[in-house]
Amino acid sequence: MSATRVDPPRETAREQSAPSSTARAARYLMVVRELGVLAVLLLLILITYATNSRFLSEQSVRDLLLGAAILVILAVGQTLVIVTRNVDLSVGSLVGLIAFGTGKLLLEYPGAPIIVAILAGMLAGAFFGALNGALVALAKVPALVITLGTLYIYRSIDHLWASGQQINAADMPAGFLDFGRSAGILGIPWLAWIALIVVAVATFYMRSYRSGRELYAIGSDPDAARLSGIPSGRRVFGVFAINGALAGLAGVLYAARYGTLDATVGTGLELEVVAAAVIGGVAIFGGSGTVYGAALGALLLTTIDSALPVLRVDAFWQQAFVGALILAAIGFDRLLSVRLARRMKSRRTHVV
Amino acid sequence: MSSDVAGRRDSTRLSMLRGVVGSWEFALLVILAVTLVGSELWVDNFANTITVTFLLLDVVPIALMATALTLVVITGEIDLSVASMLGLTSAVMGQLWFSGMTLEFAIVLCILLGAVLGAVNGLFVAGLGLPSLAVTIGTLALYRGLSYVVLGDRAVADFPFDWTDRAISTIGGTGVPVAVIPTVALAILFGITLHSTPIGRALFAMGNNEDTARFSGISVAWTKFWLFVASGVMSSLAGVFWTFRYASARADNGFGLELAVVAAVLLGGVSIFGGRGSLFGVLTAVVLLATLQRTLQLASVTDEVLNLVTGSLLILSVVVPNIVQMINDRIRRPGAPVPEAAP
Amino acid sequence: MTRSKLRHLTGGLAAVLALTLTAAACGGTTRGEDEDSGDSQDSLGEADPNAEIQEGLHISFLPKQINNPYFTVADGGGEAAVGELGGEYEEVGPSEASASSQVSYINTLTQQSVDAIVTSANDPNAICGALNQARSAGAVVVTYDSDTNPDCRDLFVNQATSDSIAKIQLKLIADQIGGSGQIAILSATPNATNQNAWIDVMEQELKKPEYSDIELVEVAYGNDDDEKSFQETQGLLSSYPDLAGIISPTTVGIAAAARYLSGSEYKGQVALTGLGTPNQMREFVKDGTVEAFALWDPEALGYLAAYAAAALASGQINGEPGQTFEAGELGRYTIEEDGVVVLGPPTVFDKSNIDDFDF
Repeated sequence: MSATRVDPPRETAREQSAPSSTARAARYLMVVRELGVLAVLLLLILITYATNSRFLSEQSVRDLLLGAAILVILAVGQTLVIVTRNVDLSVGSLVGLIAFGTGKLLLEYPGAPIIVAILAGMLAGAFFGALNGALVALAKVPALVITLGTLYIYRSIDHLWASGQQINAADMPAGFLDFGRSAGILGIPWLAWIALIVVAVATFYMRSYRSGRELYAIGSDPDAARLSGIPSGRRVFGVFAINGALAGLAGVLYAARYGTLDATVGTGLELEVVAAAVIGGVAIFGGSGTVYGAALGALLLTTIDSALPVLRVDAFWQQAFVGALILAAIGFDRLLSVRLARRMKSRRTHVV
Repeated sequence: MSSDVAGRRDSTRLSMLRGVVGSWEFALLVILAVTLVGSELWVDNFANTITVTFLLLDVVPIALMATALTLVVITGEIDLSVASMLGLTSAVMGQLWFSGMTLEFAIVLCILLGAVLGAVNGLFVAGLGLPSLAVTIGTLALYRGLSYVVLGDRAVADFPFDWTDRAISTIGGTGVPVAVIPTVALAILFGITLHSTPIGRALFAMGNNEDTARFSGISVAWTKFWLFVASGVMSSLAGVFWTFRYASARADNGFGLELAVVAAVLLGGVSIFGGRGSLFGVLTAVVLLATLQRTLQLASVTDEVLNLVTGSLLILSVVVPNIVQMINDRIRRPGAPVPEAAP
Repeated sequence: MTRSKLRHLTGGLAAVLALTLTAAACGGTTRGEDEDSGDSQDSLGEADPNAEIQEGLHISFLPKQINNPYFTVADGGGEAAVGELGGEYEEVGPSEASASSQVSYINTLTQQSVDAIVTSANDPNAICGALNQARSAGAVVVTYDSDTNPDCRDLFVNQATSDSIAKIQLKLIADQIGGSGQIAILSATPNATNQNAWIDVMEQELKKPEYSDIELVEVAYGNDDDEKSFQETQGLLSSYPDLAGIISPTTVGIAAAARYLSGSEYKGQVALTGLGTPNQMREFVKDGTVEAFALWDPEALGYLAAYAAAALASGQINGEPGQTFEAGELGRYTIEEDGVVVLGPPTVFDKSNIDDFDF
């Protein structure tokens, strides 16, 4: 027991504040992480704008937002999955399948309202996502393997269905294509609004709903999560279904944006989506990362795509750039978590 | 007495485990045999030495990459950048040849390059402790991107005819490509290392429990590092072969192939969690998938059916053992006698 | 693995590598000192102009990519021709315009012992080995639309002379931009033989005095992929604010570029021409995005290629210049230099005639 009068209150105060201050530290580092992505994004935009002011013209900004919308939506869904320590590699194939399906639907019923197409796409997507989720959650099989398998299966269903056909933009209803490319309220394209809503809803859900926060627990320590009563199986299943629905939404929007659809739509998209999430601070082993971080990552990737030609950087550097960015991102994450671990250790030694 | 019982319990568990793994390879062999026989009987033009040639030519690059990847996955890691390393090697070789370097020198340099590329992966994973899934997604993009930087959109296709002919030439009249020999030799080398040496046992130990392995003196970090280097070297060998087989060095060579390699490894019975698997199973899976592709193409069935089959097999390959395990657990639980030994 | 064992292994590896490197560096094959350029297959014997076209010839079409509407039409023409000839028609191909996947299909066709392979090449050299293997197995090889190295095919059916195709597009864009300004080209895949041949001619033409006020700023590649072509168009317009016109000598490229332009602020401001199909371009010609473009009749191209293949396979011709053969409704054609058969001059489509066609 210490002799001075000051010590005991200080010690108890420190004892009480220790856990919350580490939580604060963790959240602080997370915010730093996302701000980092935002900073890189803004820097890139600034440099490109300085090179060619046309980069921020209304047309270019619109193109940028349109291009990013689809990737953002996919990144949001993928984040939910990755946070639970899983991954969904089948999203690219799913987008292709649903995009083509939307095309066929609209060819049959050109008068169908856009909302019907969207709902149909999301429902179909949710169905396929639920298949993934059932296999992963119920049969307790690793998500990497399952979704690799469904990547092949969904892609082949798409190919068999589309088999050499190509739906031309010329055949699609004009209203639908217009929706995919034109500006809505405040001059921001409809697609971008949808993406924004998705990000907002997902962020709110992850922050404020118990089931959202449980996802982080499942990812951090699946056994502990299960032992503390969290229905991991049901949560993981749900997360895959939601991701599927979002992939379906992305598919419908793809059809609206590009109009010409064939069996190769969405090939390779899954790696881009995972890359966006990783760059946006989502830990590949689950347990941390935010939806808006992943959205920023997606936005960054899309901006790089558009900025490089303007910067007269050979487009060939683009993929190498993205790869280096991913490595930098995970390296940085590692640095942050090591710092955090060290901080937690030092705090603990002070508490007697 | 108790140790005797414990030993017996362990040996039954071990033999059960061996049984499971053994039976998976057996199942694969059966499927392969059935496919081969079925194709010979019912698919026109299959029963032909040239089928063997085309099939094995397809198998070589995948087998090379899958061999190294098997060891990587057994230790609990993964390498998704294999196809990009193939592509970058091919692009560099093309560029070096184009700039006038002697072909032999270029090839050796490219294999060294493969080692370096693998070392980069190893550095990030083993040195910095970063998750291999994320790292190799990053290097997948980085290396593919670098192939485009090196070669752009061009293709270098004027390799000397005797080199490209050699790549596709066969042994005598058997139809077996010459390239199969080094592939098999390497597979045997890796296989022996994996299954019959302390190094191999260490790999399984690392996959099962990394901390325990480390405490028992295994240098986990260095081992993983060298495995990634090996993966790089094998991918670059595959890249050299690919370039000569198709007589063109292009930045997009092998694009997307990593999925086929990973699928073959998983299908071959290697657990994604590490610690379990056999090289023989993987090679059987590689041959099986290539055979299915040949058969389907010859039968004028669209390629997509192959993807459907690959995906389904992949899913079955993990779901079935789990179901078997669950059933086994249920069988053993009611009344399974565990003899208690009196001291 | 213990540390010392690792060190030994590393040391051994290093020694082996060093030895191999030295061995390889001293002497070896260098580019340019090639012996022979490989034996061009001469499996076709003497031609007999009076030979009958054989019944039941198995003729396979292998286009650049299978879901490209241009090829669907062209191969349809081939199918009609094969029907007239009493042969067996087949169409196979990759879903993406890639060279190595064409090799896989050629291998299969070789195994199936087809009589003729009619193909449009994604890369002039990459499929040569496979084609020569096919020829040694007895198949005749006819290229159409996009040629390979002449050593690995028996005949090339060209839609029009490269010269005329290139010149017409250049003339159209020059007219549309008023004779001066910056232009860009949106091509297909970077190795495509046909596009590259046309671009070469265009670049030569641009050196002429009548085109002195026109500057070619960039050649972009859309890989015959709709989305990529769309994005490349976007890129071109944002990188070159003074761009006056775009030439896209590929039907996929021009359709994607037109779609982008017509939905953007550049519609009507930036001229677009190239090679397109009337059905895909109709809406854009009518809404003013595109003034005029060119093409030939792809159906006739496929039709002619099939007849050429049948004549070759039946021994009527063997690819020597000067020989002639019948091509059904199209009449008699003569083989020109280098084993090339030319279909005819290109057609220009614009508002006045676009409704007359349906392909």
